[in-house]
Amino acid sequence: MNLEGFLAQLLAVAAALAGAPLLSGWVNQCRAWLQNRRAPPITMPFRTLHKLFWKESVIAHDASPIFRVTPYIVFGCMLLACLIIPTLSTNLPLAPAADAIALVGLFGVARLFISLAAMDIGTSFGTLGARREMLVGFLAEPAFLMVVFTASLISSSTSLATTVSTLGHREFAILPSLAFAGLAFTMVSLAENARVPVDNPATHLELTMIHEALILEYSGRHLALIEWAASLKLFAYSCAGFAIFFPWGIAEASDSVAFLWALPALAAKLAVGGFALALIETILAKMRIFRVPEFLATAFLLGVLAILVHLLLGA
Amino acid sequence: MSPLTGQILNLFASVLLLIAFAMLAQRRIVTLINLFAIQGLALVGSTVTVAWATGQRHLYYSAGITLVLKVVILPFILHRLIRRLNVKWDIETLINIPTMMLVGIVLVVFAFNLALPISQFSQSIARGTLGIALACVLMSFLMMITRSKAVPQVIGFLAMENGLFFAATSATYGMPMVVELGIALDVLVGMIILGVFMFQIREQFDSLDIHHLEKLKED
Repeated sequence: MNLEGFLAQLLAVAAALAGAPLLSGWVNQCRAWLQNRRAPPITMPFRTLHKLFWKESVIAHDASPIFRVTPYIVFGCMLLACLIIPTLSTNLPLAPAADAIALVGLFGVARLFISLAAMDIGTSFGTLGARREMLVGFLAEPAFLMVVFTASLISSSTSLATTVSTLGHREFAILPSLAFAGLAFTMVSLAENARVPVDNPATHLELTMIHEALILEYSGRHLALIEWAASLKLFAYSCAGFAIFFPWGIAEASDSVAFLWALPALAAKLAVGGFALALIETILAKMRIFRVPEFLATAFLLGVLAILVHLLLGA
Repeated sequence: MSPLTGQILNLFASVLLLIAFAMLAQRRIVTLINLFAIQGLALVGSTVTVAWATGQRHLYYSAGITLVLKVVILPFILHRLIRRLNVKWDIETLINIPTMMLVGIVLVVFAFNLALPISQFSQSIARGTLGIALACVLMSFLMMITRSKAVPQVIGFLAMENGLFFAATSATYGMPMVVELGIALDVLVGMIILGVFMFQIREQFDSLDIHHLEKLKED
């Protein structure tokens, strides 16, 4: 591990930890503007985190150790996910540790633990939320895998760093398979990050919530960690999407000039992506929970079509 | 052929495949008709691309016929029909869309394996897309089988004709002009006759559900 790679990795951690709440704040701000409301400042998530970290953490009497360790596990999983996705540079010492399939597994571990913790207390809301989370998760995971496989087939590697350098350097070609995979990926990320067509992140309305129902019992620093992990997840998904579909601007190994440009490029891409997310959330209505399997089946179908089109047409 | 032409053809073929799946899963009749129009447009695009790449004049004419007939006239007739039949906002209850999608994927794989030996003998630049054309035909079949209302069945029939047309362009630069004109006229006349049929069915049974036709048997 050389010094340059170490620096790049360190900068990626800092960018993820600071950028993720900013991204959430930016999405909230855009949504407020689009809905003609006065927007909260972009640093609002930081203030919430600060407030929560200084508050007392209340834990139910019959909570098992799973309930206590879950926030740390979830936060750790999301942070690790942000580390293995090439956000700023492909020269990441940690990147060989896990490929894109392991990334899907990381998200799966986090989902498993947060669902276990939600059922641990024994409230009905927690159980309901856990079931819904698993319903969304088990349908979203294969669709996400199909997207990953498409990118892997095109770049003939499951390592995200290799994918980025291959896709970033290919000559211009119209690839319908990547377009299909991009659509599938957008749908999966909306579902996985509890965004509007599937779940509403801004509501505590009992009957419709998924993500909020899971974390109802958490308070204080535990809640802060989970909220931070949720924004890290959004950040990780956005960066994975950029890495596969818009790999331009991510620095190559041993290219320090490009590395200086990587941070502004990432910020610009996140700003555009966040605005698009807010736009999607404003123009779409939340769908019934029983329509979610159809939504995710469509995403899976698009992913499979992407693979088929690539294998059969070579495009 | 430049690589860009091949890529554009592949793009249009993929759009056709995507629309075939979208039609399979669409509940609203109005959206179904719009999808059919878009499918026609993609067909025009691919035909013009083939014509431009190979310099075949007659393909421009068939693209023109497709544009007039399948993008303008037929959707217009269908829109008028559903307005007069008063089924414009009808929503069909479809059973189990995810299963139908999976069946559709199986059909695509099957069609590609079926088309592989045929396309190896073809000299056309678009021979790779023959599998997609066959898949479109098979999926229109599936749509006609699974739908119970009359209008979506007719749209499935028309979409099947789109798939056949695409197969003709991708395998052998289109059919002779006489055949093409004949088919175009056939589709137009068939559409008008089917429209009359629909009015008759509705008058007889007060509904466009073709399952009622099973009761026509004499005891």
